[in-house]
Amino acid sequence: MSAPVTAPETAGAALTRRSFIAASLAGGAALTFEAYVALAAGPGLPDAAVLNAFIRIMPDNTVIIGAKNPEIGQGIKTMLPMLLADELDVSWEQVRIEQTDANEKAYGVQVAGGSTATPTNWLPARQAGAAARAMLVSAAAAQWGVSASTLKTSAGRVIDTAGGRSATYASLAKAAAAQPAPDLATVALKKPAEFGIIGTPKSGVDTPKIVRGEPLFGIDTRLPGLLHAAMVKCPVIGGSLASYDDSAVKSARGVVAVVPISSGQCPAGKQDAVAIVGTSWWNVQKLREKLSIKWDTAAQEGFSTELYAKQAAEAFGKAPDLSLFKAGDADAALARAAKVVTADYSYPFLAHATLEPQNCTALWHADGSLEFWAPTQNPGAGRKDVAAMMGIAPDAITIHMTRIGGGFGRRLMNDYMVLAGQLAKALPGRPVKLLFDRTDDLRNDYYRPAGWHRFTAGLDSSGALVAFKDHFVTFGKDGKALRAADMPKSEFPAPVVPDTHLTQSFLDTNLTTGWLRAPSSNALAFVYQGFMDEVAEAAGTDLASLMLRTLGAPRDLPSERPGVVFSTGRARAVIERVVSFANWTGKPSSVPGKGRGFGFYFSHRGYFAEVVDVTVADGAVRVNKVWIAGDIGSQIINPLNAEHQAQGAAIDGLAQALVWQPVVQEAGAVQTVTFSDFPLLRIDAKPGDIAISWVTNDYPPTGLGEPTLPPVIPAVANAIRAATGKRLRALPLQLA
Amino acid sequence: MSIVLTVNRRKRTVEADADKPLLWVLREDLDMPGTKFGCGAGLCGACTVILDGQAVRSCQTPISEAAGKQITTIEGVTALPVGRKVVDAWIKIDVPQCGYCQAGQIMSATALLTATPKPTADDIVGGMNGNICRCATYVRIERAIREAAGLETKA
Repeated sequence: MSAPVTAPETAGAALTRRSFIAASLAGGAALTFEAYVALAAGPGLPDAAVLNAFIRIMPDNTVIIGAKNPEIGQGIKTMLPMLLADELDVSWEQVRIEQTDANEKAYGVQVAGGSTATPTNWLPARQAGAAARAMLVSAAAAQWGVSASTLKTSAGRVIDTAGGRSATYASLAKAAAAQPAPDLATVALKKPAEFGIIGTPKSGVDTPKIVRGEPLFGIDTRLPGLLHAAMVKCPVIGGSLASYDDSAVKSARGVVAVVPISSGQCPAGKQDAVAIVGTSWWNVQKLREKLSIKWDTAAQEGFSTELYAKQAAEAFGKAPDLSLFKAGDADAALARAAKVVTADYSYPFLAHATLEPQNCTALWHADGSLEFWAPTQNPGAGRKDVAAMMGIAPDAITIHMTRIGGGFGRRLMNDYMVLAGQLAKALPGRPVKLLFDRTDDLRNDYYRPAGWHRFTAGLDSSGALVAFKDHFVTFGKDGKALRAADMPKSEFPAPVVPDTHLTQSFLDTNLTTGWLRAPSSNALAFVYQGFMDEVAEAAGTDLASLMLRTLGAPRDLPSERPGVVFSTGRARAVIERVVSFANWTGKPSSVPGKGRGFGFYFSHRGYFAEVVDVTVADGAVRVNKVWIAGDIGSQIINPLNAEHQAQGAAIDGLAQALVWQPVVQEAGAVQTVTFSDFPLLRIDAKPGDIAISWVTNDYPPTGLGEPTLPPVIPAVANAIRAATGKRLRALPLQLA
Repeated sequence: MSIVLTVNRRKRTVEADADKPLLWVLREDLDMPGTKFGCGAGLCGACTVILDGQAVRSCQTPISEAAGKQITTIEGVTALPVGRKVVDAWIKIDVPQCGYCQAGQIMSATALLTATPKPTADDIVGGMNGNICRCATYVRIERAIREAAGLETKA
């Protein structure tokens, strides 16, 4: 049930001897600590110590802390510095946070994806703060001729209570820089009861700038001599440019150049977009209609939403392409089962629809280097993509990270960097900002792939789940699922049902697919927990009870992610919490049109059980309340942001279930191109209430950007079943 | 053509085509990028500004229609007493996640509270339904509006 990786995975954050902290005096005054941490080697991780954190103590005792990860609204720019600041023992009011550039060689992985930042940084960031504090304390001890163990710290001062004296960190800067650096792996950390910043609500560091309308986002990038670009992109993904005539545009007022470019989606050496570059985006985007372009889309024109549905139905009638997971003999077990339940589920292609349209600014320098201002969740991958497409060295690329107007996984892909880089090269010395319009954005997404599941389950006479089959029709090539179209072998309940068979069949598509917040999990939670609700009903019980029975005794089950296990005990604990917290009885409501549904899902290391209460009247679903019980380990680092993330993810899931419409494709081209075609949830559909309860334990803290989302989708579908008797097996959930 | 308009109480003259939307005049000609581009079709509300007291979608407002009018944008909203209260409530409740839509949300909330100082839940939906928040900060948007209106009793 654990989701596939959306980012290079780190197996914990074990330290080696190659981890160290270095202190230096910048300009003779500001004390800078740089903590280099060797993370345990894992896929995609450099096997080297990386600058995990920097802390700069200024002469006025202000403390500057570097924030190294992209900020997409998940709150990382606030949260990672909280870890450092608490162990450094400064007051939050002293702290200023600086966004670093993207530089994987210096900082290691800098990705906003997979809810990985918390588990990756929880220990190293704290160790860096604690080591810096230890050096400041040593400096004071040496200065005062006392033992370091008699000193304490508070709000950026070292305090000698017995001696009745204290010193600011800034005043100790010079002496601290000369102290021996402690071993990061063994430096003493605060006990949870001693935390002063961790566990306290902290507002987003950029909130004051956001409400003043300050330029923070990629689209706001302003540079001297900035040029603006709008593009005509091939309407069919994978198609390429056959010919174009720009004579009506080239000489138009305000136009600097017309440049054919490639997104990387068409065959190598070809182009699939024509950009008009000029002094005003409004002007160049308007001129696009005067370009005359012929596209070569013959190879893609056969693909359509209709075709996929037909092919999926046909695939169910044929043997699967491959076996994903097999235990025992599911067919034999079904033949002797007391009861057999079968159902087909499906979900559509979806777009991300970040509110800030894709954009990127690039500047080609005379020395052949390329500089980016990029709203990207994954700058390291962007660097590689640009280097490969343009034939330049990765080191020749500088990436400044801007604040990002919504990620949701769309900006893990870097087509806008590739496109903007080519424009910059065509106009050396002039910064060029490429901006997609809304149609470009919706038509050129890396879509959440559609999928179809045929489930069969067998119950014994006691109502126990004894046989399970899923034939999953998804998108793939050469026997391998496309990006985000995969399913883990360990998808629950496969690991605990004695006779199980998970199989896959693959369809072809020209659409580019990608990770949407809680990738795979957002779809699999719906189909698996929706179907399990049917199984529970057939067993004469409710889903929460069936889940507790099927999970069985507390134990660890394997997952495909290194270092990640699925603890049935932790799953039980959140289910039991939501059952008591929401007063879940599993019994129907006495009020007509009212119903409650349950859903559980484990993804991105987080355990979430949720209950949704709905009223269905006149064919419309009203969500009255959502109860969320979540386990993301021992500590909620920023309770305010945790609430934001959980609320937002729950509503995001409700939007996918109730509001968003499928991305529709005809003759190869996506036809869903406006917010009318792809409606987003508005305030009128906000749930009446969202209640959150955290289950804490001794496990290390994990991320929260994603795992709240998946279970709300089956919970609302199951609530509609309870309210109306209608079992809805396709997203979006439609009553009529 | 040459157009004179008043933005945040300051008289500004711009040279622009008559059909250029106010949004792009603000962003490109007046160097005020606080007002955001989201859809270019008046469907998302990211570009909301206040024009002669009314919340309008600046992406759907040709500059010729803004000539001679009073325009308030996010950069100047705290000069309005109601806008000040709205922004303070936004900070207190820490409404934003990614933050991209929030300029538009604040402008719509300011227009709502100017017309309806003590809004009901339905009034809030009526005033705010044109503004999409993709991060779904709606729980806090509603709370912040009630806070600005003095309707929040909880601390």
